[in-house]
Amino acid sequence: MSILELTAMELGRKIKKREIGVVEATEAALAQIKTLETELNCYVTVDEEGARRQAAKVQDKIDGGMLTGPLAGVPMAVKDNICLEGRPTTCSSKILKNFVPAYTAEAVEKLIQAGAVILGKTNMDEFAMGSTTETSAFGETKNPWNLAHVPGGSSGGSCAAVASGECFYALGSDTGGSIRQPSSFCGVTGIKPTYGTVSRYGLIAYGSSLDQIGPVARSVADCAAILEVIASYDKKDSTSIRREDCDFTSALTADVSGLRIGIPRDYLGEGLDEEVKTAVLAAARELQDKGAIVEEFDLSLVEYAIPAYYVIASAEASSNLSRFDGVKYGYRSPNYEGLHDMYKKSRSEGLGAEVKRRIMLGSFVLSSGYYDAYYLKALRTKALIKQAFDKAFKQYDVILGPTAPSTAPRLGESLKDPLKMYLGDIYTIAVNLAGLPGMTVPCGRDSSGLPIGLQLIGDCFKEKNIIRAGYAYECGRKYEMPKLAKKAAKQEVR
Amino acid sequence: MGKQYETVIGLEVHVELATKTKIFCGCSTEFGGAPNTHTCPVCTGMPGSLPVLNKQVVEYALAVGLATNCSINQYCKFDRKNYFYPDNPQNYQISQLYLPICHDGWVEIETATGKKKIGIHEIHMEEDAGKLVHDEWEDCSLVDYNRSGVPLIEIVSEPDMRSADEVIAYLEKLRLIIQYLGASDCKLQEGSMRADVNLSVREMGVMEFGTRTEMKNLNSFKAIARAIEGERTRQIELLEDGRKVIQETRRWDDNKESSHAMRSKEDAKDYRYFPDPDLVPIEISDAWIAQIKGKQPELQTEKLSRYQTEYQLPRYDAEILTSSKHLADVFEEAVKLSQQPKEVSNWLMTDTMRLLKERGEEPEDLSFDPANLAKLIELVDKKIINRTVAREVFAEIFENNVDPAQFVEEKGLKVVSDEGALRDVIEEILAKNPQSVADYKAGKQKAMGFVVGQTMRAMKGKADPAVVNELVKTMLENA
Repeated sequence: MSILELTAMELGRKIKKREIGVVEATEAALAQIKTLETELNCYVTVDEEGARRQAAKVQDKIDGGMLTGPLAGVPMAVKDNICLEGRPTTCSSKILKNFVPAYTAEAVEKLIQAGAVILGKTNMDEFAMGSTTETSAFGETKNPWNLAHVPGGSSGGSCAAVASGECFYALGSDTGGSIRQPSSFCGVTGIKPTYGTVSRYGLIAYGSSLDQIGPVARSVADCAAILEVIASYDKKDSTSIRREDCDFTSALTADVSGLRIGIPRDYLGEGLDEEVKTAVLAAARELQDKGAIVEEFDLSLVEYAIPAYYVIASAEASSNLSRFDGVKYGYRSPNYEGLHDMYKKSRSEGLGAEVKRRIMLGSFVLSSGYYDAYYLKALRTKALIKQAFDKAFKQYDVILGPTAPSTAPRLGESLKDPLKMYLGDIYTIAVNLAGLPGMTVPCGRDSSGLPIGLQLIGDCFKEKNIIRAGYAYECGRKYEMPKLAKKAAKQEVR
Repeated sequence: MGKQYETVIGLEVHVELATKTKIFCGCSTEFGGAPNTHTCPVCTGMPGSLPVLNKQVVEYALAVGLATNCSINQYCKFDRKNYFYPDNPQNYQISQLYLPICHDGWVEIETATGKKKIGIHEIHMEEDAGKLVHDEWEDCSLVDYNRSGVPLIEIVSEPDMRSADEVIAYLEKLRLIIQYLGASDCKLQEGSMRADVNLSVREMGVMEFGTRTEMKNLNSFKAIARAIEGERTRQIELLEDGRKVIQETRRWDDNKESSHAMRSKEDAKDYRYFPDPDLVPIEISDAWIAQIKGKQPELQTEKLSRYQTEYQLPRYDAEILTSSKHLADVFEEAVKLSQQPKEVSNWLMTDTMRLLKERGEEPEDLSFDPANLAKLIELVDKKIINRTVAREVFAEIFENNVDPAQFVEEKGLKVVSDEGALRDVIEEILAKNPQSVADYKAGKQKAMGFVVGQTMRAMKGKADPAVVNELVKTMLENA
């Protein structure tokens, strides 16, 4: 078995027991990156030198007893919309190609304190706008299970890297499903925490009221441990929440007896791929067999989530992205006459089509005369969706369903029909609108071998319920690596 | 005969708050400083940075709202005002549109035509922008973000004013209230208080408002008065010519005493306001309001009546002394140390005002230590110096904040009341002026005055006039 097939927690334990060195693990991941990157393109920037330096430093601290946590020394990757001081942070956009932040995101800071070795910055849909990682200005990432397919998005680089052993875990960000959907497509586990749990300081905003940073890893246990590190109250983020219940690993009990699980009938209807449906219902039965109480119910309002989301997220994005103007940093058009021409050309040349589409959509819904009809109505819809979930959580501890209606589409298929691509977010988006925690856990593969994801949704601040359910489901299963990655992974565990 | 017109004026007043740090980050608000030295990722709009509200800004805004009889929105929010301009690093300004912190207040003004209440539509909090610097030599523009994120409140009045006098009285009133609260120094010239004038005219007796214009770039009360007169005349001329007033923003040029259109509201930008998702709504509890009310310092109207009762000052004097918070502070400190309100008042009302006027300065510019004024009063009291010398010493205090006791000692300005020394001087004068002695003996009292004057001059003013009078009289009689 290769080192690269270990979960982050397994590797952490071996590092602690001196069975594997931090440098050794880092070199293994860097070698995997070298072998696979030409095909997969998971990273925008690989920081070999920085990773090696950091690995040696972390090993010293572990040897000196200064670092004792479960993630100390584990090499990982950071989505390229999360700032890392002194390293390019591009959001996979031409407009930020040369942007180097002077500060590190709070979540990354926490991981560094816990002994993380950062391998590099992962590819994504430009500014996290997209569901395929095809809108990246630096080329699409490919699905390690089948190179003709997309890895999902927008955290496609993070998820494909975790799946293929190009890192042991990664940070992603989730505004409408951007952690869960690509995790599902790549056969890995990802959590979008309750809004306000992980500081957004240093996360380059897309839809500020919906964005959350979260973990992508090879197991529920890994995700719980990572989330435990990155969840923190941060006074630099006004939307950060002080929580006393962030001991997420305490929920890794594999005991679901009496856990009430509801499956929204709305999530099993038209548009859902039969194979996905079968896999998800099989997973539900398994949880029932382990003692959970599982039943179907009507959530309602599901069809309104997508329009509400695209109005709210685009509105916020249109304002959030206005700072990219060529004045202070980032791309400036080489040829312009006067201020307005500089703005127009820098933005026209620096931003991609999907980003422009959403900026225009957002600008439109905020315009005077349309604000009430679109933006305010979307906010009211958001409140109603939250109420529907509140009602459901009076009866259930966990809501279970598919993460996405289908498995990963083929490259080039989605961008031709953006509306269809938007509809692919139907099961993940409502979770962001309601600020809830959501997780995806692999639950098998379809007939063409592409992974299927099981989504578990909890009430606000009830990550532990979904971790409990996910962990119980995962127990007895082994992380399975895509063939191409397994073939490349040479460094065997001694 | 010509039609009679009424001028209708409303003001938008921006006031820079006196917080030590900016509204959404920990950077200093201090004026000056090399370009972009008072900046951080937040106030330069770096991606990934987030704003965090400075509580002191809310407290100052609340204090001003409460002192101007406003209702408080106990649930209020910040909104983003979106527009592209390089002085605004995020290309949106964080301001308040939908739920401003204070609304529906009023202040009372007094002009030659009597007392009047001016309504306050709302007060909202917002951030200031940076500054563009145009480099003519390099033919480029540079941005300095030191001012970016400095907290402002905007006080929007109702269109309740009808003349320049009322506008000035309203601004003076706001300035006094805000200065007394310590929320801002409100200096028009330095831009810590800025007023935009919304003005329209209508025929006397007509109920509907005319089309208004907004006048910007008004840097002094005088400029405001001139701009109001200029704009009123311009609008009336348009109407008399049968033309229309266009709703637009105009920029006043005080040197040319005329204005020109900046932009018309018809093609005005759509600011696409929406609640800022990076900031949480502010909930203002009754207890917080009570706490701010409890901390409210004595305001000008209260001081005015107290000065009259407690210090027995005439109303006129009390008005002048309280017309500036700083002047009132100097007064009260000097009174505390000297226990002589009337004396302190005299020094401030006469010599201080004269010296300020000579220098073209405002009471806010006073920089001497009130303790030195108290010491001066004591020196006069103890007859260590006489009044003539005291005025010289005061000028030094005013100018250089000298310690009067030390100054008098060093310059040898003490009153000479040593009779021996005086006797010698007088004897010499009598010897030089036998005619005066003769005149006095002949009953001409005037002669004595001449000798006294000569003595004072010889003593360079340092002699005690009473002692000199007494001595001269005796010596003339015995001569």
